[in-house]
Amino acid sequence: MATVASGAVTRIPPATPRRATRRARLRRWLRKIAFGFAVAVIVSPAILVFLWMLSLSIKNELDNSTYPPIFIPSAPTLANYVQVFADNSMGLYFLNSLIVSGCATLIALAVGIPAGYGIARLQAHRTTVLILIARMTPALSFLIPLFTVFQFLGLNNTLTALVITHLVITVPIVVYILAGYFETLPRELEEAALIDGGSVWTTFRYVALPLARPGIIVGTILAFIFSWNNFVFGAVLAGRATRTLPAAVYNVLTFEQLAWGPLAAAAIVVTLPVLLLTIFIQKEIVAGLTAGGIKS
Amino acid sequence: MRERDAFHADGRLRGPANTVTAYAMSSIAAPTPARFFARRRRSLRILTLPALVVVAAVIVFPWLFTVYMSAFDWKIGSVAHFVGLDNYTGLLTNQRFLEAIVHTFYFTALAVIVPLLAGTAAALVFHREFRGRGVLRAIFTMPMMATPVAVALVWTMMFHPQQGVLNYLLSLVHLPPSLWVYSPTLVIPSLVMVEVWHWTPLVMLIVLGGLASLPTEPYESARLDGATEWQLFRHITLPLIAPFLVLAAVIRTIDAVKAFDTIYVISQGGPGTASETINLYLYLQAFAFYNVGNASAVVVVFFAIILSLALLLLHVRQRAKWTA
Repeated sequence: MATVASGAVTRIPPATPRRATRRARLRRWLRKIAFGFAVAVIVSPAILVFLWMLSLSIKNELDNSTYPPIFIPSAPTLANYVQVFADNSMGLYFLNSLIVSGCATLIALAVGIPAGYGIARLQAHRTTVLILIARMTPALSFLIPLFTVFQFLGLNNTLTALVITHLVITVPIVVYILAGYFETLPRELEEAALIDGGSVWTTFRYVALPLARPGIIVGTILAFIFSWNNFVFGAVLAGRATRTLPAAVYNVLTFEQLAWGPLAAAAIVVTLPVLLLTIFIQKEIVAGLTAGGIKS
Repeated sequence: MRERDAFHADGRLRGPANTVTAYAMSSIAAPTPARFFARRRRSLRILTLPALVVVAAVIVFPWLFTVYMSAFDWKIGSVAHFVGLDNYTGLLTNQRFLEAIVHTFYFTALAVIVPLLAGTAAALVFHREFRGRGVLRAIFTMPMMATPVAVALVWTMMFHPQQGVLNYLLSLVHLPPSLWVYSPTLVIPSLVMVEVWHWTPLVMLIVLGGLASLPTEPYESARLDGATEWQLFRHITLPLIAPFLVLAAVIRTIDAVKAFDTIYVISQGGPGTASETINLYLYLQAFAFYNVGNASAVVVVFFAIILSLALLLLHVRQRAKWTA
């Protein structure tokens, strides 16, 4: 109805000169171009920094040290990647990171999934305040007491100490995501199971848990990413052989060599797994990053 | 009543499920409803127990221990002396610490305001339908999840005064080269640049969520009344997304005050102490000088600062909610 009316409106004045419609078209064109320009301005810093990172990592040292800088390498090479893995035991640090983030995430899931269920069904919203406060606390302030205790226990420079400190990151995020997820699940099924004589545990295990799979996947990926990205715990607590990737990239590479190629290659090795993981959880990232802040 | 709430979140009577429950409890289930719910709550609490133990060990214990340590003159490896509040009074006259507070506030103000403006602009753009929106939005949000240390290293290379790509870009538009993070006056704005690049996407996504929830009717009627695009934004969009902007501001403030990785990697607080924020000062006290007692006092003051900033903003948010 409305479209018919508007069509009629444009048709009624037959005297409309052609020039006017052309001008309208031109204006629409200009607006489109301006919009495209705005999009380009907004997106280009993000993409350019990553492309520059990639470019640095596949250029030889000569190309990297010339001025003006070369953007597209004349002869792309993987030598920088080979070098960081061969000379700087990148493989070992990669493994360390995998162990630390993996274990911290698994432990967080083991304690965090039941806790998330308990909080959701007990309606214990006050516990999310704890998570908010934990989020506000600077990571360093957990580190000082834990460092002293590990020193006392002789645990410094061990992967165990690192896994324990990474729980500071992984447990709150898993609990937060899962408490939120369990709250969205319909209770009718659980009620049915309870009526049939199921205990809270069996209801949780056989009814709620299978349904919570999407929530668990998001919680796992977010916990893993935040743990993987953490720098300061590894920088303080790890020894030479137990460094996690971010700490290793900073310590080993910046102090022992100043070559840009290997540095960029190492930076890509650190951050690529994370960027790949984010593809799976595009929509849930915000919930993870604002954890504790959305409700209240 | 409370027990019932535990079972039904909204407390409303819900047709079939509720009648079945009532039936089950009256005729089949042996324990009385009160006993049944009490047992249920106890079992649910047991489920949360392991997490509570972990949180107590790695989060609550460090808090308490920090407060305890802050009352001691204690270097790692030596004997601790009880000094009461001396660590705190010492901070009051500590020039370097006070300067660190100023640097932190300067950095935070810039690192909240710029991403908020840029993020809102970006959200308005991404709120429209256009070809390739999904892919471009994914690219735009990439910095947010990238490992901060990796990103900081790349920026360090870009900031390089002689060979850095940023000075080359300046030369392309005929601007004089800059010292970036090597200049005491430019170091904080330069670090903010990295922070803006890193975290504008998060603000954008929060605001985008706000825009998605907007009703369409006010726009239609305002357009009929001949409102311009700017008026639509200023008088309809902005008030409606205000709560989201405040949320973004809270999150951004907390994260900016706590910023560590990029500052530590790019400038180490330098040149001199020009970019030394509270967090950087804290790190030096604790892990370069092993001055644990003093560092703990810094943590307590630092946490108080973060908490009061967050409460201040949440208060603003509450007021925004009331007026909206």
